Amino acid sequence: MSYFIQQIVYGLSAGSIYALIALGYTMVYGIVKLINFAHGEVLMMGAYFTIFGIISFNIPIILALPISMVLCALLGMFIDRVAYKPLRNAPRISALITALGVSMFLSNFFKLLFGAEKRKMPDFPALKGGYVFGDVTIPYKAILTLVLTLVCLITLQIIVRKTKVGRAMRAVSEDKQAAQLMGVNVDLTISITFAIGSALAAVGGVLYAINYSQIFPTMGTLTGLKAFVAAVLGGIGILPGAMFGGFLIGIVENLTKGYGAGGWSNAVVFGILIIVLLVKPEGIFGKNTREKV
Amino acid sequence: MLKVEDINVYYGAIHAIKGISFHVEQGEIVTLIGANGAGKTTILHTISGLIKTASGKIWLNDENITTASGHNLVEKGMAQVPEGRRVFAKMTVQENLEMGAYSRKDQHNFQADYDMVFDKFPRLKERRKQLAGTMSGGEQQMLAMARALMSRPKLLLMDEPSMGLAPILVDEIFSTIVEINKTGTTILLVEQNAHKALSIANRAYVLETGNIIMSGPAKELLGNDKIKEAYLG
Repeated sequence: MSYFIQQIVYGLSAGSIYALIALGYTMVYGIVKLINFAHGEVLMMGAYFTIFGIISFNIPIILALPISMVLCALLGMFIDRVAYKPLRNAPRISALITALGVSMFLSNFFKLLFGAEKRKMPDFPALKGGYVFGDVTIPYKAILTLVLTLVCLITLQIIVRKTKVGRAMRAVSEDKQAAQLMGVNVDLTISITFAIGSALAAVGGVLYAINYSQIFPTMGTLTGLKAFVAAVLGGIGILPGAMFGGFLIGIVENLTKGYGAGGWSNAVVFGILIIVLLVKPEGIFGKNTREKV
Repeated sequence: MLKVEDINVYYGAIHAIKGISFHVEQGEIVTLIGANGAGKTTILHTISGLIKTASGKIWLNDENITTASGHNLVEKGMAQVPEGRRVFAKMTVQENLEMGAYSRKDQHNFQADYDMVFDKFPRLKERRKQLAGTMSGGEQQMLAMARALMSRPKLLLMDEPSMGLAPILVDEIFSTIVEINKTGTTILLVEQNAHKALSIANRAYVLETGNIIMSGPAKELLGNDKIKEAYLG
């Protein structure tokens, strides 16, 4: 039993990272109906920015993280402006292929800049060890991951539910023309959505680096794809769905690893994608809502 | 208040609006009537900046708004009740009203405006916390109107407010339009229900395949034989 609980702890920690990234996928999908496959690369760049801040400029991580979030937010907006905005009225498949292209470009560009080899994340002595409850250990890293993730999730919920910019985001995702008729600057609102999603991905990237102690240019690819599965599992376009899906994928993955089928963990995760698409393509939180006209 | 000068609008190769000019004076109710596809909605969309003109000019209070960004027009005193209501279905009535006030500078001072719209549409007050998508068509139309009023518009563009509503509701909507006009809001009304529109309007323009074929005081058009034959059945 304690072994099982231990796996759940690891799962929640990994799931936090998936949840943070899944939110970016789902927010962007909700507002421009685009699966932004370059999102995983934003996570990778977030990790690189942070580590370079720490190693090359001796910035403490507590400062390096927010700087990296801002840089990623700007990059996310830049990617949208350059790659997706010109295709806003094009068929959706064009934008999707462009997103794949941006993803490949960015991971290869970083390979070119920094080499393909894995870099070690500096150790943080304060994060060594953990709380021990009988046979279960809760690593400090896992606590940091969960707490930081929850702070992000709650902040995001407040922004989306309670603020003016959040209302504008929801209005644009429902009906761009009607939102514009209310005086909403639609392009700016889409930019803000990319910025917020990318900042969350930066946090995800840094947490990934802390938990797995390494970074590499293609780190965002598989992690990003799994987060995408999480977003689909929860219901693409639905924020609580992405959070829930992220945690669920993290737990499933760690249980698979923990019970001797480590080599199968990716197969299980993508198997979930196939099952969801076959059985309930709208996702767990998705509803076939009937609206009166 | 609003002056449209010789505008041409194209959808790809289709010449949808062919050199139309008209004007709306302060305090008036002006209606554009015409059959489906005559270009009524296109004209409203062009005025609100959702569609760009190929040529021609649009003036709002002596300011040239032809190339203005659509989202800036609400601030300049223009609001629209779009065709098919287009309320935000997944938002509550309250949030829809807040969206209506989106462009307002005084962001926390809406109480008087809530009182005003709830006074006009008491039903909305009961449904404040309800999701707009779960309301009936008539209630959604009221919400769309209330939402537009939240920006305190000087000029209100209304696109087919009676569409798909039961006759008793249509009467209610039209008497509300008159009420809104009496409190000082100028109205440009697009309608297929020509009889109703002419009976409340000061002046009217008759549109046919992108051209204005007739215009004049609404009462005169209501008695015009051609109009009777073509639009009033």
